[in-house]
Amino acid sequence: MPEDGHPNPRGSAPGPGAPGPGGLVGLGVSPGRSAGPLIRMAGPPALPSPRPVADPAAEVATIAKALETVVADLRRRARETADATAAEILDALAMMADDPMLREEAERHAHGGHDAPHALDAAFAHHRETLAALGGYLAERAADLDDLRHRAVAAALGLPMPGIPAPGHPYVLVAEDLSPADTAGLGGEVLALVTSLGGPTSHTAILARGRGLPAVVACPGILDVPDGTIVSVDGRTGEIALGLTPEAAAEVVGDDRRERARLAAGKGPGRTADGHPVKLLLNIGSAADLRPGAEGVGLFRTEFLFLDRRQAPAFEEQVAAYIEVFAGTGHVVVRTLDAGTDKPLPFLGLPPEPNPALGVRGLRVDRVLPDVLDTQLDAIAEAARATGATPWVMAPMVATAAEAAGFAGRARSRGITRVGVMVEVPAAALQARELLAEVDFLSIGTNDLSQYTFAADRQHPGLADLLDPRQPALLKLVAMCAEAGHAAGKPVGVCGEAAGDPLLAPILVGLGVTSLSMAAVCVPAVRDALARHTLDECRRLAAPEG
Amino acid sequence: MARRTVTVASASGLHARPAKLFVQEAVRLGVPVRVRAGERTVPANSMLGVLSLGAVQGTEVTLESDAPGADEALDALAALLSRDLDAEEALDA
Repeated sequence: MPEDGHPNPRGSAPGPGAPGPGGLVGLGVSPGRSAGPLIRMAGPPALPSPRPVADPAAEVATIAKALETVVADLRRRARETADATAAEILDALAMMADDPMLREEAERHAHGGHDAPHALDAAFAHHRETLAALGGYLAERAADLDDLRHRAVAAALGLPMPGIPAPGHPYVLVAEDLSPADTAGLGGEVLALVTSLGGPTSHTAILARGRGLPAVVACPGILDVPDGTIVSVDGRTGEIALGLTPEAAAEVVGDDRRERARLAAGKGPGRTADGHPVKLLLNIGSAADLRPGAEGVGLFRTEFLFLDRRQAPAFEEQVAAYIEVFAGTGHVVVRTLDAGTDKPLPFLGLPPEPNPALGVRGLRVDRVLPDVLDTQLDAIAEAARATGATPWVMAPMVATAAEAAGFAGRARSRGITRVGVMVEVPAAALQARELLAEVDFLSIGTNDLSQYTFAADRQHPGLADLLDPRQPALLKLVAMCAEAGHAAGKPVGVCGEAAGDPLLAPILVGLGVTSLSMAAVCVPAVRDALARHTLDECRRLAAPEG
Repeated sequence: MARRTVTVASASGLHARPAKLFVQEAVRLGVPVRVRAGERTVPANSMLGVLSLGAVQGTEVTLESDAPGADEALDALAALLSRDLDAEEALDA
């Protein structure tokens, strides 16, 4: 087992290109290596003290110019990105920055004696409050206004535009952390990501893995490295070497390209070196995420189909979405709607809670809105009949055997034959045997299981070490589930971010896990890692030391 | 003063994509139009204004204009509001 509480829990033997005295180490969260000049993302501009305004007309002109700059920058990025979703987001942001009510509000403040930066700040604050007060989807747009406010104030102060740089050459992007708005603009020039904050389940980490970009988070020292320094980034070990020559950087990039080509050439089902099968499955949000090369879907996050809905998705619409996935792959594990802290479903109309991570989320929504699960199970059963598929269906956030039994009864009464539950809270892991008396399989969500085991918010930037999936307490809970599965002769998979980590996959297999479900981009490296270890070696890696 | 009262048809209300299409059309038409929902009146070419109406599916909104070309502009915008733009998006996908 790994050492406990060490600031770099991945501290394995240094690999090639290990940092010398001038190197840094963070938490590697997305495998791969790259190297190039570093550029720091400009942070939100600080407002200087207000200055006396002699000529309001000049401030009004500065306001207009600042907003025009922001709009032009967003429109340019929308045109240049190849990602249609990102282009849509950037266009919508440009429309907000181009808003006549916003400009008039800022001009009114200028005529009232505010300088341009303060007038813009006040105008954005006004609209932000209006949207935040409306709640739900509109409250989320308030965060977009913050992003625009930073851009407009920076433009008015003559500071570099906050957000993703576009220098016109490949570079390593350095930031405190990345927001969804930042990442929408992430272009092809970015070689790797390094952030001072963030953890293994932060937005930066998930985005990087989705794009196959090497990434290191929780590396505070990186913000002190001057722009333009050539650095190498190892997204597996978390090591960052500083001050490379251009030739050395090119060598790192070339090595990484060859390594990726080698991994991509790997084919076939997951196997250890001695042929022990481990299913390699995909985490998807819709049929659009299906990719060849895996053995099916281990986590179909159905809530991702309906995140922005104001009204519950109708039975027919759900049937159509499920048919699309069932028809596209052989084996599918469907997770019923998982409304949660980080992804509220507006159509549920649930009231805000003082402590949402510990509140009515996942299967618990069924306590107040039973119709939602009934409709969804009906739709899954109908899609199964229509396609002849045998979907496995599981519930999120189950804590007791009684909850598992209730869910299993509802699903089986509709003809769903493979019913399971997720293990995301320690209570469920401790009762794995009892849960498996009620259901056919378990799927361990390591992200939430870490959060609830360590009482550490999975988005908390300062607690990355506690959220590391190598923590012995977490691995013990995984082992309990796997042992219960072995005793009952039932499958126990892992579908958290840990499953896609090539260093951790052999350990999970050694603990007895029977399938690993991950982002498509992670499959080749995990397949390769398993093929390099026999089952006995996996067990030795997983065994407590001594 | 030309005026049209319509019921918002889009499943997600006058938010997200429907709001964007509505404001884009208002900007394209170039005729000053006001949108009223309940107590609140905002210019139709303001994304922030339109969002702040908080109009959901079924909300009744009134479009008003006294500018030249008002009738044609109001007809076009009213027609847009009475279509379920979310459903059309689903068909696109």
